[in-house]
Order: sequence, then C-alpha cells, then structure tokens
Amino acid sequence: MQDVIAEGRHHNLDRDRFLGRLALMHRIRAFEEEAIAAQKDGLVLGAIHPSIGQEAVAAGVCANLEPADLMLSTHRGHGHTLAKGADPLAMMRELFGRAGGTCGGKGGSMHIADFGVGMLGANGVVGANIPIAAGAAHAQKLQGSRQITVCIFGDGAVNRGPFLEGLNWARVFDLPVLFVCEDNGFSATTRTREMTGGEGAAARAESLGLEAQEVDGNDVVAVDAAARAAIDAIRAGQGPRFLTCHTYRMTGHTAVDPATYRPAQEVDEWRGNCPIARLEVALRLAGESDARLSALQAQESGAMAAIAQAARDTGWPEATGAFTDVQDIGDPRERAF
Amino acid sequence: MAVMTYLEAGRRAVIEEMQRDTSVWALGEDLGRGGVFGQYKGLQEMFGADRIADTPISEACIMGAAVGAAMTGTRPIVEMRFSDFALCAVDELVNQAAKARFMFGGQMRVPMVVREPVGMWRSSAAQHSQSLESWYTHIPGLVVVAPATPADNLGLLKSAIRNDDPVVYLEHKNLWPLEGEIPEQEHLVPLGKADLAHAGGDVTMVTWSGMRHGCLRVAEQLAAEGIGVEVIDLRTLWPWDRDTVFASVERTGRLLVVHEAVAVSGFGAEIAASVAEALHHRLKAPVRRLGAPRIPIAYAPPMEDQARVSDDSIAAAVRGMLEPAAVS
Repeated sequence: MQDVIAEGRHHNLDRDRFLGRLALMHRIRAFEEEAIAAQKDGLVLGAIHPSIGQEAVAAGVCANLEPADLMLSTHRGHGHTLAKGADPLAMMRELFGRAGGTCGGKGGSMHIADFGVGMLGANGVVGANIPIAAGAAHAQKLQGSRQITVCIFGDGAVNRGPFLEGLNWARVFDLPVLFVCEDNGFSATTRTREMTGGEGAAARAESLGLEAQEVDGNDVVAVDAAARAAIDAIRAGQGPRFLTCHTYRMTGHTAVDPATYRPAQEVDEWRGNCPIARLEVALRLAGESDARLSALQAQESGAMAAIAQAARDTGWPEATGAFTDVQDIGDPRERAF
Repeated sequence: MAVMTYLEAGRRAVIEEMQRDTSVWALGEDLGRGGVFGQYKGLQEMFGADRIADTPISEACIMGAAVGAAMTGTRPIVEMRFSDFALCAVDELVNQAAKARFMFGGQMRVPMVVREPVGMWRSSAAQHSQSLESWYTHIPGLVVVAPATPADNLGLLKSAIRNDDPVVYLEHKNLWPLEGEIPEQEHLVPLGKADLAHAGGDVTMVTWSGMRHGCLRVAEQLAAEGIGVEVIDLRTLWPWDRDTVFASVERTGRLLVVHEAVAVSGFGAEIAASVAEALHHRLKAPVRRLGAPRIPIAYAPPMEDQARVSDDSIAAAVRGMLEPAAVS
C-alpha cells in the first residue's frame, strides 16, 4: 500500500521543482567531496564537518526561502550555505584560506557567512545560532518586514541552554522564525539519545508552545512539503514553527573522523537510504530519463571540480587583513611591537 | 547647565538617541517597570513595548538576540541588570558579538551597547558587586566604557549608541544618585578620550568609574599639603587614551593607577606596563597600582571594606612615591 501511495505521489511530482532540488543536492555533495579530497591534499587547512547524507534538509528547507529571507547555520553548514545561494567558488576559497573567500579568508569553513544572500553565518559554537536567529527575526518583526528567518542546528544543540532560551524567546515575542533540527543522531561522536532526557527536540519545542513537526529528513519531497507549510504559516504571521528532520551523517564528525564508534551495518543501511538516490528513483518514476539525471550529476560534479581547481589557483590574502575589520576605534596593532 | 543625577543622565541619553534614530531599541528584564534601578522609568510609555522590550530572564538570549538584531539593521541597547549576570552571556558577547565583523570578513557590523551596572554597592556580596572590566578590555572587537560623572554618562552613552561596533558600557551602581552639571544642549563625549579631572605636577593618578571620586578627594587633600596630583579619568578603557596618560607622566615622572577591580590582572596592569615600557627613562619612582585584594566581595561591612581601595591607601601610595628611594 505504501508503495502505491509513494508511486502516486511520484506521478504528481513537480518535476522542474525537484530537478532543481536534485541539482542542488548534487552540488552540495560534489562540493563536499571536493573539499574532503582537497583536505587530504593539504589545501583545506582547518577542520571541516561534512553534511554528506544530509543534503535533503538543506535542499528541502532553503529552496523554500526568498532571497531576502535570512538563514543561520552551524559548523556543518556548507549545504545550507550553498542552498541559500552562496557562491561555491568563494566558499571553496574560504575553505582554502585564499583571497576572494566568502569572508576574505578570515573565517574558514566554520565561519562562512554571506550576508548578500541572507546567510547570517555558520557558527563554531553549537546552539549559538539559535538566539542570534531569534534576534534577526525580532528585528524583522520590529521592521514590519515580510521576510522570515530560518535557523538550522543539529540534535546536539537541544541540550544547550540557548535552545531553551531561543525557542522560548521566539514564542514570547511571536517571531517569524523556523527552527530546523537537523537530527543526524550524533552529538559530535556521541549518540544524542544517550545524552538526552525525555522525548527530544520536537517534544521540547512543543512544551514551549511551538507547533512542531517531524519528517524523514532523507526524503526531500517530505522535507520540502513540511518546510513550505511551516514557512507559509510563519510568513502569514502565525509565529514560530519547529521542524525536525531525521537524517544521518555519512562521514564522521569531521572529515578526518573515521567514526569507528558506529557499526558498519548501520552505515550501510543508511547508505541505502541516500537522499539523492531516493530522489532520483522518484524522478524516474515520474518520467525523467536516466540520461537527464546523469547529465545533471555530471554538470554539478564538473562545476565543483572546476571551482576546486580555481580555488587552488588563487593566491593568499594579504597579511594586513589580520588588522582590518576588528573595530572602528582603537589601534588593533597596539602591543604588536 | 542643569543639575542631573548619573542615573537620570543615562536615561536622558537613551531618550535622546531613541528619538533621533528609530532603529535604536532597548531589551532587558523588567524594563517596562523602569529596570532594576529605574534607568528606564517611563520609557515604555514613551516609546512603546516594542522598543522598550521586557524580556524573559534569559541573559544568553538577550545578548544573542541583540547580536542577531544588530546584524539585521537595528541598534539594540542591551540591559544586563548587573554585570555579574552578563557572565551568563559570555559566549554571545565574546564569541559572537565581538568577532562577527572580523570573522565574516567585514560584511556587516554589530552596533550594540551592553549596559552592565558594576561595582560595590552596600552589602551586595560576591555576585552583585564585581568590576570585571579587564575581562572585556582583553577581547578584540569590544569597546569598553566606564563613565564616572553624570555629564559623561550622558555624553558617552550617546556616543556608544552611535558607535558601529559592540560597546560594553559599565555604569557604577554606587554613582546612580550622584548629581552633577549637564549642558542644556546636546552633549556628546568622544569615545577613547580621557578627562583630565585634576591638574598637578608631582604624581599622575590614572583611574576610572567609581574610583575617580576617591582619587579627586585625595588630590584635593594633598593639594592642601603642597603635593600636586594629576587625576586622569580614562572614561573609555578600550581604546584607552595613551596620549593623555603618557603626556602627564612625562610631566610628573610618577604613575599610580587606582581601580576598584581586583589588582591582579586588572586593567591597571596594562597601563602600568605600557608606561614602564615606554617611559622608563622619565620615571622618578616605580609605577604603582592600587586595586582590590584577590578575594570575593563579602556581605558584612567590616569584611566588605577589605575589598575597597580607601582614600587613606591612595594618599599613602602617593606619599610613598614621593619619598626618596631608600638606599640599601
């Protein structure tokens, strides 16, 4: 019965919409595969936290946003940032610490922000983006804006105080913000369920008065539908919403974490649940050709390989940048003698 | 000139800046009832509950939300109630507000003022009495201001609200009722400029916040004895006014730094070291610092007073610096 329902849904699939999502998911994966390879070559200098396997969350949520909407992300934020429309070449340069990086080489992977596309920052501190997102939404409300804010964080964040404070704040002030818990099951290298009292993220959100929904985070069609409904409600002035997307991290916590703390069988099962492969199946059922799907993947892989090469060919930023944009008054070189 | 209290001067600064710039708003606990000390009295009636926002007791979120709102085109004034409580929001201030502009490559600014009432104030004990300015002067990206007079509280708070980077604004609780003259017309005091509060040629005394007043009392007392003390109230601790301090020490050859905070790792150490490094050839006596002993502040007055820098200890330090060096 379920297959029939699924098949029925696939026949009705908005193919153009989901071809766009598929291209985005390929882009995210190819970007991160290039970044992991580049780290092995010593080109990516600091830690990176890949989101391979979680692409449906970024693609399903962010593609429902308007360009002027705001988004905040985490240390595992390449996918969200690409999905909000950031330039992958500038991002790769940032990972390489090169001139022309999204943040001029000052931030690296964990501090990518692109205010030009409403991406208000990844964050090196788990859960720290939640109060900041509440504040961005607070400003939007004060300004009478139609725009909203989306805040994406992992399941590890639900055990930090700012999760409670930020969700409560959003409810108290009735703010236009969507909180997305991208639940990959792990708080760094520890299983979140072993560290979490009660029923977890959605239950905690509901206890604070937020309407919460949970979806299969590897089903981009489901994520898209849930995010769209929530975002429409928020934009209509109905206050904050909460969405948990259950997914799985195919890599370790960082790109160099072998993640031996989880059984191979579990990883294999999730590999069979790949969000990209699932969307391809759905698009084939809806009538897309293998050739078109392969071409899409080749196009994004080729593009990301080209940007990795271009980033490789870019020079370092000027060292004097270490003293700029610290603050307007006072000499940051003080004591530098 | 009008006479106004230090508290009322801060309130006037907020009113004037909120009238001037509609993107300015304030958020904190109990603001609708005037705030814990009455600094916001009547402001919610004047500006509405959106712009004088009552918040939950959520220091981390008050600070973090201000960061997000500052990134999104508004200029929040954060009220932390007691500087001690701001420690619940250190990540939001130190890792987020102070670093965002730099870390994100200068794409945006974080124009916010964090008001943190500081200092010892009649048996408030260890969690409501601290002076932690040196925590903030240590953090790149933060401006640190500590006014000591009503006129400075007006003029510096207005400048802080207009500043495009995060400002930690430390008002001393013991000074709330202090009265002083305030210009009738708009009054702005530039950030980073010290006030030469008392002229004298023998010893330079650098101070700020509540200790300005003890230093001035001692300077008057010693003037009667023929000892000239130059009192410099830094007003802004980062960036601090090196030019004014160095010029004074060039004249006097002696430096005494006086602050209420614990002496160990206090901001006085930075000033003393800077002067010792740059002006050692001019010094007629070793630089000296006075601050609190490294003890939590106690409740009962006899013990609480052990954490205070007294007028007598300031005067004794000055006299000691003027004695000829002992020959051993």
